[in-house]
Amino acid sequence: MDYLRNFFVNLARSWTAWIGGFLPDWGVNLVNYLVVGIILVLMPVIATLTLTWMERKVIGRIQNRIGPNRVGPWGIFQAFADAVKMLIKEDIVPSGADKPVFNLAPILIAGAAALLWAVVPFGRGMIGQNLNIGALYVVAVGSITTIAVIMAGWSSNNKFALLGAFRVVAQLLSYEIPMVLSIATVVLVTGTMRMGDIVERQVAPFIVVLPVAFITYLLAAAAETGRAPFDLLEADSEIVAGYFVEYSGLKFGWFYIAEYGNLFAIAAITTTLFLGGWRGPFVSVAPALGPFYFVIKSVAVIFVLMWIRGTWPRFRIDQMLAFAWKVLVPASLANLLWSAIVLQIGRQPEQLGPTIVQMILLLVGNVAILAVTGLLLGRAARRYAAQHGWAGA
Amino acid sequence: MQQAIFIILALLTLGAALMTVITRNLLRAALWLVATFFGIAAIFILLRAEFLAVAQILVYVGAISTLIIFAIMLSRGIMDPDQVRFNGQWGVVGGFAALLFVVLAVIVTRVPWPAAAGGAPVGDAPADAIARLGAAFVGPYAIPFEVASVLLVVAMIGAIIIARERE
Amino acid sequence: MVPLSWYLILAAALFCIGVFGALARRNAVGILMGIELMLNAVNINLVAFWRHIGPDQMTGQLFAIFVITVAAAEAAVGLALIIAIYRQRNTVNVEEIDMMKG
Repeated sequence: MDYLRNFFVNLARSWTAWIGGFLPDWGVNLVNYLVVGIILVLMPVIATLTLTWMERKVIGRIQNRIGPNRVGPWGIFQAFADAVKMLIKEDIVPSGADKPVFNLAPILIAGAAALLWAVVPFGRGMIGQNLNIGALYVVAVGSITTIAVIMAGWSSNNKFALLGAFRVVAQLLSYEIPMVLSIATVVLVTGTMRMGDIVERQVAPFIVVLPVAFITYLLAAAAETGRAPFDLLEADSEIVAGYFVEYSGLKFGWFYIAEYGNLFAIAAITTTLFLGGWRGPFVSVAPALGPFYFVIKSVAVIFVLMWIRGTWPRFRIDQMLAFAWKVLVPASLANLLWSAIVLQIGRQPEQLGPTIVQMILLLVGNVAILAVTGLLLGRAARRYAAQHGWAGA
Repeated sequence: MQQAIFIILALLTLGAALMTVITRNLLRAALWLVATFFGIAAIFILLRAEFLAVAQILVYVGAISTLIIFAIMLSRGIMDPDQVRFNGQWGVVGGFAALLFVVLAVIVTRVPWPAAAGGAPVGDAPADAIARLGAAFVGPYAIPFEVASVLLVVAMIGAIIIARERE
Repeated sequence: MVPLSWYLILAAALFCIGVFGALARRNAVGILMGIELMLNAVNINLVAFWRHIGPDQMTGQLFAIFVITVAAAEAAVGLALIIAIYRQRNTVNVEEIDMMKG
């Protein structure tokens, strides 16, 4: 029973002890790093196989369809069938393409999706590397995606691909700012950039303390990963499939894996920053429950993202950029300022995480920001409707 | 071990940098520049400056390279693959750059650095380096920090005004 | 441990490559890339000095961050100028931009 309570950590200890029996110290380290690396690299693949099925089912239900139901019970093997189809498809390189760049782009984008997992804490002590700059690392890895997308769009020698890449630059750079500001709010409140410590100091989930930061982060993250309603970079009704229109076979598969790996990673980071990560009832008694809570919370976030995708129409590009600069950035800036003021009031030395009073003050400020934002948005919508009618609003 | 890693990283970085300045295709050159930035970020990690490494990737790879590539794509004519890479003085400049390198290399190997260049660095990097960095920004370096932010605002406004299309 | 002089030689080599790029390229964007390389070489020097001479004071890293800030501002303004010139003259070749020549 005691072994089960902290099952994963104990398992790792037993494994290390076992291979330590016949390997030198550096060998044990090497093998352990390799095992952790392989697990982390496999995460996007696992995410793709499970989340594509989930997405198609959820979107199907939202659109009053059944979704995949032929391969296996409830169609759960549909993703495997798709994977096999993708593997045996012919790999085509367009004649005018810049070949090395064309081949490098899918590797880079899938690599960036795998890199994110290095700093995600699945449970107490279950983190690839508790970097002292974890939160910033998340943002930096996201910028690798931008380069990979530009490389794919440019090297394809296709107008639609290049247009998609152009849109990506505008979109990713604009939404990076509200994303960083909302992460900065969490970092300010917890006083640490280590992802593991952010969870440790999150006595109450920050979704109820900093709702503005949560909403901003979720929307910005949806835009960063190019999820609907921000999927302009691959808007299929406008620019075919955007930057990866020329890719086929396994290279297309890499883009697919990166997309779903990023979706899962974004959900995991949202869980870490705002939903209390692996925290939950009885976790202090049995830390092995942590990863289960973590996955449940992440899947809930993914469901919300799919729900948004199934419900909202796509933005126009100017609307989307205006939304980032005129709504998200001011709101998150105000939130950051308010958090800094509140944290400065009644600050104790060596304080870890906010006190109850500070949390209540933060919540009050957040609700006020939400109310003002909603008021201004409603007024703008009415003004627009007075000029153009409700259809375009 | 660290020395081997340093040599590999240094060769990769220098190779990428060399490709940046001699590649004919300008967009390829920009991508080599990205590779150089990654190499420099890795060298920062080797120096235990993790914050700078991440800032390097965030600012150089995420923003500056993207900006450069964007500028190249906005003016497609300049990507003409048959254009001449260098101006007429490239031979002189190459000789000058090589000479400069020799002079610099001689200087840095001859000067007796206070930390005894051959030996290990004094002390270890402080564990709370990032906290110290933040404290320094709002403490003794508050005014340079503010000036830097003013500079960024001015640059942003200036860039928008210069690059805007006039009717 | 890697000796300080190795880092300095690496930075010197990078700086010289940057000098060559900035002076020999005909294309304005290429020149800008050379300048970025030179700024990065300076950053390597600053961080190496911080690590080897005074790791207790963060001055080296601080200055590297200021350099990064200035480089970002410079790239923004420089590229804006290049785009504006391209619109006007349909070239970014520095040898053809000589309106100021008497």
